Amino acid sequence: MGRQLLLAKKDVEGIRYFDTYRREGGYRSVEKALKTMSPDAVTEEVKKSGLRGRGGAGFPAGMKWSFLAKPEGVPRHLVVNADESEPGTFKDRYLMEYIPHSLIEGMVVSSFALGSNVSYIYIRGEYAWIVEILEQAIQEAKNNGFLGKNILGSGFDCEIYVQRGAGAYICGEETALIESLEGKRGNPRIKPPFPAIKGVWDRPTVVNNVETIAAVVPVINEGGEEYAKIGVGKSTGTKLISACGNINNPGVFEIDMTISVEEFIYSDEYCGGIKNNKRLKACIPGGSSVPILPANLLLKTAKGESRLMNYESLADGGFATGTSMGSGGFIVLDEDQCVVKHTYTLARFYRHESCGQCSPCREGTGWMEKLLLRFENGMGKMSDIDLLWDIQRRIEGNTICPLGDAAAWPVAAAIRHFRDEFEWHVTNAAEATTRNYGLAHYAEPLSVVA
Amino acid sequence: MLIGNYMVKFTDDKLNEVKALMARYPEGRQKSAVIPVLHLAQEEFGGWLDVPVMDYVAELLSITPIEVYEVATFYSMFNLKPVGKYMFEVCQTGPCMINGCDEIIDYIGEKLGIKPGQTTADGMFTLKTVECLGACGYAPMMQLGKHYKEHLTKEKVDALIEECRRGAVANNL
Amino acid sequence: MSEQQLFKVTIDNITVEVPAGTTVLMAARMIGGDVTPPAMCFYSKLQGSGGKCRTCLVEVSKGSEKDPRPMPKLVASCRTTVMDGMEVKNITSEKVVDARAGVTEFLLLNHPLDCPICDQAGECHLQDLGYEHGKAGTRYEFSRRTFHKEDIGPYIQLHMTRCILCYRCTYVASQLTDNRVHGVLDRGDHAEISTYISKAIDNDFSGNMIDVCPVGALTDKTFRFKNRVWFTKPVEAHRNCDKCCGKVTLWNRGDEVLRVTARKDEWGEVKSYDGKTGWICNTCRFDKKDLKDWTIEGPARIARHSVISANHYVDTIKPKETIQEVMGGRQPKLLMDIHKVSDVNDPSVDLSRISGPATGATFEKKNA
Repeated sequence: MGRQLLLAKKDVEGIRYFDTYRREGGYRSVEKALKTMSPDAVTEEVKKSGLRGRGGAGFPAGMKWSFLAKPEGVPRHLVVNADESEPGTFKDRYLMEYIPHSLIEGMVVSSFALGSNVSYIYIRGEYAWIVEILEQAIQEAKNNGFLGKNILGSGFDCEIYVQRGAGAYICGEETALIESLEGKRGNPRIKPPFPAIKGVWDRPTVVNNVETIAAVVPVINEGGEEYAKIGVGKSTGTKLISACGNINNPGVFEIDMTISVEEFIYSDEYCGGIKNNKRLKACIPGGSSVPILPANLLLKTAKGESRLMNYESLADGGFATGTSMGSGGFIVLDEDQCVVKHTYTLARFYRHESCGQCSPCREGTGWMEKLLLRFENGMGKMSDIDLLWDIQRRIEGNTICPLGDAAAWPVAAAIRHFRDEFEWHVTNAAEATTRNYGLAHYAEPLSVVA
Repeated sequence: MLIGNYMVKFTDDKLNEVKALMARYPEGRQKSAVIPVLHLAQEEFGGWLDVPVMDYVAELLSITPIEVYEVATFYSMFNLKPVGKYMFEVCQTGPCMINGCDEIIDYIGEKLGIKPGQTTADGMFTLKTVECLGACGYAPMMQLGKHYKEHLTKEKVDALIEECRRGAVANNL
Repeated sequence: MSEQQLFKVTIDNITVEVPAGTTVLMAARMIGGDVTPPAMCFYSKLQGSGGKCRTCLVEVSKGSEKDPRPMPKLVASCRTTVMDGMEVKNITSEKVVDARAGVTEFLLLNHPLDCPICDQAGECHLQDLGYEHGKAGTRYEFSRRTFHKEDIGPYIQLHMTRCILCYRCTYVASQLTDNRVHGVLDRGDHAEISTYISKAIDNDFSGNMIDVCPVGALTDKTFRFKNRVWFTKPVEAHRNCDKCCGKVTLWNRGDEVLRVTARKDEWGEVKSYDGKTGWICNTCRFDKKDLKDWTIEGPARIARHSVISANHYVDTIKPKETIQEVMGGRQPKLLMDIHKVSDVNDPSVDLSRISGPATGATFEKKNA
């Protein structure tokens, strides 16, 4: 097992509660930051750490913080994005459910750095019981002087409120989240202006993922430079991966980003191999919107190197032969799974979650879903494959927010790597409704796609 | 105002809760409380949002009714039609699908004699298929009220329905 | 006011200087013609509009003089402000043309294409967009989306199936009327314009929703099925109105006023007078259907390409030169005088005065 920064204490009895958390070394970063550092110095440490946003886009957190406008007399806000809804992703839930104080601690330090006296956690509405856990943690932190007025005598005031959403994936997009926090429909805003200039209630706002903010704690405790030494290249620190699908050991794992994908899937420390001794067919390693890869391209890059669980290595080869780290939602498909059907469920998901504001996404997602269902029902036509390709191509990049891209990529990747499975659905229509295409030749090395 | 058996008015306790919610936001931004207050209203007034309920929420927050309708119809957790006392919301997205959610959905439907989207005649159960609930590692799963029921099997579903019939689990509220 | 800073922006190789803060689309409108991207949701007179339909996407091939990097994605020209030295490609960009064809296809995907019975036909922006960027056939083989019909009062007809969700009407309701009762409900491909409770939208300025609607989703109930717009004759007229500017276009058939609308500019937007948008009130729009109510100013200008212009030869230019001048002094030569070889159509025979159909005998009689 590699370095554990976020989940090291996960098995300590009672770590959910303040007393235990504090006894195990919790809230040291608040003491260090508020007593010995300036807000800018905290931001500087986060910059040095190379910490990248853990929500999916991987944007450097310190840089995001440094964009925050600081006009005189205008309050600023930190909003934590806990609207975890990307299929395959359930890591933030784990953190909030079992170690809620790690988020609260990170929020106090981050709020101090950003000058946010009122910070919000926007949590997806379905995580109703976690709201209660977080509110209890907030109350405990308050009772112990780590939250509220004049924290640790530093003169810094901070309140944290938990805002519950009500079922909308799109609110994970930061400007849709802000709209929702303002009590509106979750329609993403047209950028610019960016939230750092005009966010919630037109005030400068930073929106960060739960894991990102929790990772600020070890960054401050260890120092940015020390944190940056963990991992490799621009993939610094540790990353939470939520693994699911046909594996023996689904769950949330903290990895340092030097291990290989193969080790992650087959090692008993992590996924524990494919369930029922089946063979690996494909994997979506970063949440449903990142490209699916067949087994051979997943385990080895097109150059034949072993693929590692980090931002650079997963993206190696671009979308032609690579994929993306995304949010760390690791979905494993075994040899019995049907890529067409799986892609259909994802297309249905994106159609269901499209806000409907811009035309390519509103109309295109539904069209793709209908076509994919037609394949699955054995009614597909050969020309539909190219049609699907054309639709996703015209959605990608042309929408207001990244949901359009997120809907287009899985379809594109499925066609790119599993085109013959689509063709098989057309030529073996009757069979396609009763059985799956299976592994076919995907376990053998594929020729490298240019 | 009276609808069905419910008086559309929060108790004093709930009204205080609404006030506390509104105090979380800057002055004049009380509209921000609309989603949390709609959650409260749905819990309080029969598990769904009838027009008078939404109008009441608008009045509490000093916003126009259409602003509430716009929000209530956008978010999938708000029920705009009456639902059963127990709502089985079974996830059907990719990771749940590869772990056999379709069988679970079919099984529940068979057992209760309803299709997804329908409510049993006695008003006890509603079956609904939903998209990813963030429990992919614990699939197949469903949401029941404020909690998740994970690693579902047919046996677990049987037991759950039994518990509901006995009134032993928290309902939608 | 201090002198405003001017930015140079080049769109499809045409350079124009515009005040800082101008959007690419508005700069393109200053140039005019094909350089101007189409806009289905943006409306310069409605705050916050635009960005949604994606028909006005353009390629920014050079960000600015200071930062010449191109923008990685196509951008919505209606919501992108120009930078000094910016270079934009509209119809000169293959990417833009392709994306626009895609957007047109998406917008028409679930559209009922009921133009033959739609009152908006002839002045519909989606029709124009379809002609310019669409294909004759569709690749969509599924049933089209429908909605429950909703009655929103005696003046405005709502056809949700035709709506492209531009949100313009909601901006009119929030910005022009004091109590918005309709909005966008539901989400995704089921999002719809509705009051949720089938409430009548009655407000002195609600009729302007009809004028801003780019398609036939909101039409004038008092004009419903009365006539095709291209058969009506638009004239500009005014009256003294205590609620609005009173400057309108009357759409007449003979002496009958069939419809009253605000006056539109070349982009299909309501015109401004002295910096104020010429929205009109519902009294002018719906209740003043008598020519006597109005002072007629003259025929309304309609863009030449519009179907409404068909057969209306307004503003045609008569050549100053005579035919002789054009012919360089030569007389036009008659190739054949038809009357010398045939009696039919002899100008001296008044066909209306003979009883029954004309025959060869009719003409022979005269010659005899």
